[in-house]
Amino acid sequence: MLSRVAENLYWLGRYVERAENTARMVNVNANLLLDLPKGTTPEWQPLVAITGADGLYRERHGPGYDERTALRFLIAETTNPGSMLSSLSLARENARTIRDFIPREAWEQINEMYLHAKDNLASGLSKRGRYPYLKRVILGAQTLTGMLAGTMTNDAGYDFLRIGRNLERADMTIRLLDVRSASLLPDDPHALRPFENILWMSVLKSLTAYQMYRRKMQARVRRQDVLSFLFKDTDFPRAFLHCLSVVEHGLWRLPRNDVPLRATSRVQRTVQGAEVAAMSQAELHAFIDQLEIAIGHLSDEISRTYFLAQPLNQSQSQTETGVETA
Amino acid sequence: MPVDWKDYGARGLHDEMVTASGKPRPGAVKLARYLAALDAQELAARQAATELALKEAGITFTVYSEEGGSIDRAWPLDIVPRVMARSEWDRIEAGLKQRVRALNLFIDDLYHDQRIVKDRVFPADLLADSRNFRPQCVGVGPPLGVWAHVCGSDLVRDRDGTVYVLEDNLRVPSGVSYMLENRAVMKRVFPELFENHSILPVDDYPSQLFDTLAAVSPRPVGFPEVVVLTPGIYNSAYFEHAYLAQQMGCELVEGRDLVVGEDDRVYMRTIEGLARVDVIYRRIDDLFLDPEAFRADSTLGVPGLLRAWKAGHVALVNAPGAGVADDKVVYAFVPAMIRYYLGEEAILPNVPTYLCIDDAQRAHVLANLETMVVKPANESGGYGMLVGPASTKKEREEFARTIQADPRNFIGQPALTLSTVPTVVGDHFEPRHVDMRPFILSSDETLVTTGGLTRVALRKGSLVVNSSQGGGSKDTWIVDEEGR
Repeated sequence: MLSRVAENLYWLGRYVERAENTARMVNVNANLLLDLPKGTTPEWQPLVAITGADGLYRERHGPGYDERTALRFLIAETTNPGSMLSSLSLARENARTIRDFIPREAWEQINEMYLHAKDNLASGLSKRGRYPYLKRVILGAQTLTGMLAGTMTNDAGYDFLRIGRNLERADMTIRLLDVRSASLLPDDPHALRPFENILWMSVLKSLTAYQMYRRKMQARVRRQDVLSFLFKDTDFPRAFLHCLSVVEHGLWRLPRNDVPLRATSRVQRTVQGAEVAAMSQAELHAFIDQLEIAIGHLSDEISRTYFLAQPLNQSQSQTETGVETA
Repeated sequence: MPVDWKDYGARGLHDEMVTASGKPRPGAVKLARYLAALDAQELAARQAATELALKEAGITFTVYSEEGGSIDRAWPLDIVPRVMARSEWDRIEAGLKQRVRALNLFIDDLYHDQRIVKDRVFPADLLADSRNFRPQCVGVGPPLGVWAHVCGSDLVRDRDGTVYVLEDNLRVPSGVSYMLENRAVMKRVFPELFENHSILPVDDYPSQLFDTLAAVSPRPVGFPEVVVLTPGIYNSAYFEHAYLAQQMGCELVEGRDLVVGEDDRVYMRTIEGLARVDVIYRRIDDLFLDPEAFRADSTLGVPGLLRAWKAGHVALVNAPGAGVADDKVVYAFVPAMIRYYLGEEAILPNVPTYLCIDDAQRAHVLANLETMVVKPANESGGYGMLVGPASTKKEREEFARTIQADPRNFIGQPALTLSTVPTVVGDHFEPRHVDMRPFILSSDETLVTTGGLTRVALRKGSLVVNSSQGGGSKDTWIVDEEGR
């Protein structure tokens, strides 16, 4: 398999996952805000921070995080490379060059997701239209995943797709925990106590983890339990360690896998050995920082081992003595 | 809606299906009868079924615009095939083979002894001015002496019935995938026509192309690594690149997938590591092929590719520099080349061509701009040309100045009235002008597609067959004479 094709599949997996995660976060945050007393939370800023685009946001929109601006930035702005629409567009561009490698229906699904998201932006940004709009993106991504699982040959290409998807998912889960738990540290611990519960619940819900958490942990929603569930559970598909085990499994099936496999085990060991539940806020933040660097490193190793050295997505025009010839 | 072919509108034109008196031409008798009996509803249903089949198969061509990015448009196919009797086709096929043989000898000569120049058959100053002559290729001897392995020659028929070669595309001719897909779709929509006619098949092309490519492999291995090199998804012919790679079972690569090693061999980057490449069917223009040898700013090419090719470690198809014969001025000399290299007369005539670099011929062109088509030597896609009969006085005056400023770059030809084929317009047939592009493959043997891609100008009276400018296409049938 050509390195470029592998790379495109990997990024296809990542971008679709990123679009889905963004939609999930926005959706849950919007719901959550309805339950919180006004002025007690930083509201939309944490979401922008989760996507790692806080600097870009301030540069473009200044220090204010009103709902309208933040939503547009997260969902629609094409100048924000991490916005949902940008992710869908990049997913589509990656898919376009490898149409022969994914089932036809999968390409159509990606195309449809992008076009629908683009054409219905106005309603997606409205208060009433937001929920169905975002839900459709989430369902669309899940449909795609299902289609690929059900119809794509389980070859190296499929492994790259799954590796990309799960690395992105692992990354997003810890980003969410980082920013959410930071923003949950109230200046006056008593002021927010009644809401702490629903804030952690929102974390779980944005990962569709609430039900699974309750079944597994059989506990009420508490910080330490949520942390250990989302870091260490090996069975829940969006838990960090589970994602890493999918990455590991994919790598096992690929050639020349020593270095990336070693990098994967390092990340896994770090999480297995960590007492996340007992970490203070500062410790948790430092730990997540360390993990993010390790994931970046793992992604670099995969890239160095299997992909092209030069960046993708250059184009240059030329004429071809084509059907266009007079 | 029974059709009387006599009155369908082709009077004064040469129609490919029926004569002036409405009588079907050889090979088209059953087809003419079949079409005449279709009622309006059935006709519309067949055209709709055709369009659906094309859409479902994802057969598109790409139009690129700055604002809209790249857009895939459905490929336009008209359901009435263009029919040619086998006896006529056999002669054309022989003419095309003869032509391409001479062209390959010419290219090889230009990059070696230049005998044809020394013998004053081809003017030295024309060669000196040629934009597609590549000094980097002088002295290189590609396998089997073949430079233009894939040639697409455009044929037109004038009002008097004569078939002319309009031009030879020797760089990266495209369109063959549409020829194949048109046939596949037609078989699905009109199975009964194929049962009742002896239509020669076209589907061999991908395997013939593969054999042509494999035959020039520098390594004597059973399964040479053949790849198709594309500029990428934004190229208007990307669909075809992907299609041919898929049909041949080859990798479709971009420049960045390939690397030339210290050993001057070409490798592709795969997840297993580097893998040796033997033959590159490149669909990238010469100048973008290798930034070390040609345009340094090309990001489409592969640094060192020319070096590897010159060392004989990789075959490039078509060979760099083959485009020197893909020039509308050089075109005028093809009949002379055939005489010079083969000692034969050209089987297929050129359209009479006036070279503006010659004083007397230029005077003729300038005096007759109204009835001529004037083309720049090296442009493709119908750019920068003057169609005399459709031009205004002001345009002609401006063009005359352009010609005088750079006479080497222009040729003039009398404007032909291209032949027509019945074409579906709404619920009935009307004549529309067509051309035809057969493809000629050359390596250890010379093969010609059975027929080729027929392009049709869908606008009434128009002679412009380009798909981006309202052109469509037709299936092309070479039919064994009826009764056989």
